[in-house]
Amino acid sequence: MITLIDLLMIVVGTIFVAGFGIVAGLCIFGIDRKFAAHMQARIGPPIRQPFIDVMKLLCKDSVIPENAVPSIFNWAPVVALASSIVILLYLPLGSIMPVLGGLSGGYGDLILVMYLLTVPALAMVAGGFASGSPYATVGSQREMVTMMAYEFPLAVVIIAIAWRLSMAGMAEPFSLATIAGLTTGVPIWGVVGPVGILGCIILMVVLAWVTPAEVSRVPCDTPEAETELCGGLLVEYSGRNLAMFYLAQAVKTVAMASLAVAIFLPWNISWYVAMPAPAAVVVDFIFYLVKVVVVVFFSVSLIRVSMARFRINHLVTIYWGYLAGLGIIGLLLIMLDAFIKGGIVI
Amino acid sequence: MKLNRAFSRSLWVFHFNSGSCNGCDIEVVATLMPRYDPERFGVKLVGSPKHADVLVVTGPVTHDMGGRLRRVYEQMADPKVVIGMGSCQSGGVFFDSYNLDGPAEEIIPVDVYVPGCPPRPEAVIYGVVKAIAKLEGLDGGVQ
Ligand code: SF4
Repeated sequence: MITLIDLLMIVVGTIFVAGFGIVAGLCIFGIDRKFAAHMQARIGPPIRQPFIDVMKLLCKDSVIPENAVPSIFNWAPVVALASSIVILLYLPLGSIMPVLGGLSGGYGDLILVMYLLTVPALAMVAGGFASGSPYATVGSQREMVTMMAYEFPLAVVIIAIAWRLSMAGMAEPFSLATIAGLTTGVPIWGVVGPVGILGCIILMVVLAWVTPAEVSRVPCDTPEAETELCGGLLVEYSGRNLAMFYLAQAVKTVAMASLAVAIFLPWNISWYVAMPAPAAVVVDFIFYLVKVVVVVFFSVSLIRVSMARFRINHLVTIYWGYLAGLGIIGLLLIMLDAFIKGGIVI
Repeated sequence: MKLNRAFSRSLWVFHFNSGSCNGCDIEVVATLMPRYDPERFGVKLVGSPKHADVLVVTGPVTHDMGGRLRRVYEQMADPKVVIGMGSCQSGGVFFDSYNLDGPAEEIIPVDVYVPGCPPRPEAVIYGVVKAIAKLEGLDGGVQ
């Protein structure tokens, strides 16, 4: 049963996480732009540039096209932002338990996170279709294709990890607190043997490649390609609505990076260095932010600078063919590892 | 319309070709290259007029583009500035041609002119600075 105190904790936690998600997301965008600029031998915008952009967008007019469906057109950005924040509520931040996903009385697990990750994209698709522009319609269709393309490799990664944890006899293998080792103190790397470590590395690469598609950055920004689709699904959005989509994307980037951190880089400093509890929380949280920046650097900035945009049919081939294939190889290696560890010799 | 201080630090540019010879368009792209790096001042090229704060018009406005230029301008969200780029903005060598809808200023209000055929990237950047000054003037700030 849920008590009043729990409810209050959840409400306060949600407000904090929402604030954190937005601020961290915009900082991450700024850091990403700085990284990209330095890789191209430029100086680049200041880290606070995304904040300036959002402030500017908020003071601009919001144009609603004549042939749009105003209700969906205006609500889609709100849904996108809200659902991106909800994802963060299920993810552990450092050694802080997820607000909604803790083991005792948890309300959701990794499967739910996987579904929630599609909601911002779906809101964008709805907004795109509702804006009544041919460019936005094409963008929405491409976004749906992209979504189908990256879901499969993502599912393979998640199932493989959770299955291996359950084979190791852990309770609630899909719970993020278990996966991140918050309750057990053992991440996936501590469970598997040498073969499994190879499999995990492969799955980590697959997840790193799913991230740009999930947050629709180059090379997977085919739905919003500004050179061919003038901004794709966002083409008709301006002012406040555009700012909200921008924030949603920023929060989703944090969520995706936190997911990668929770699954593959869950170590906390407090596991190795003894320190008082409040200090541990702070240190772990800072360490978690560092890990998020590292993940964003490798899976967003580096890929974004070094590649051109995929064509939509290439994107499907790459995600369904190569990355899913790679993921299944990783899955098979992890299965083999489970059998070897379980004493079944093939 | 109240402008906040963020506005002039984050100008998003939409580039509209109203019958230009492509010379000015190449220079727009050259302005955005790493050497000048306008992104460090928050200047960014966007694909949709709805996202833009600055409209860069290149070329004399031909009959075909006249109506479209007006529609693109009207679609931009307020507040907005227009930069007319290149000598063609006053007609240039095409002055009084039978095929023109006239210079851009007869269709939309142009705030800043950047002369040259085509203007150098430095000139374009100077034009953007002028546009920012004009925006701050709109805001009642110091010019
Ligand atoms: S100003 Fe010169 S370069 Fe620019 S569009 Fe006109 S003719 Fe071409």
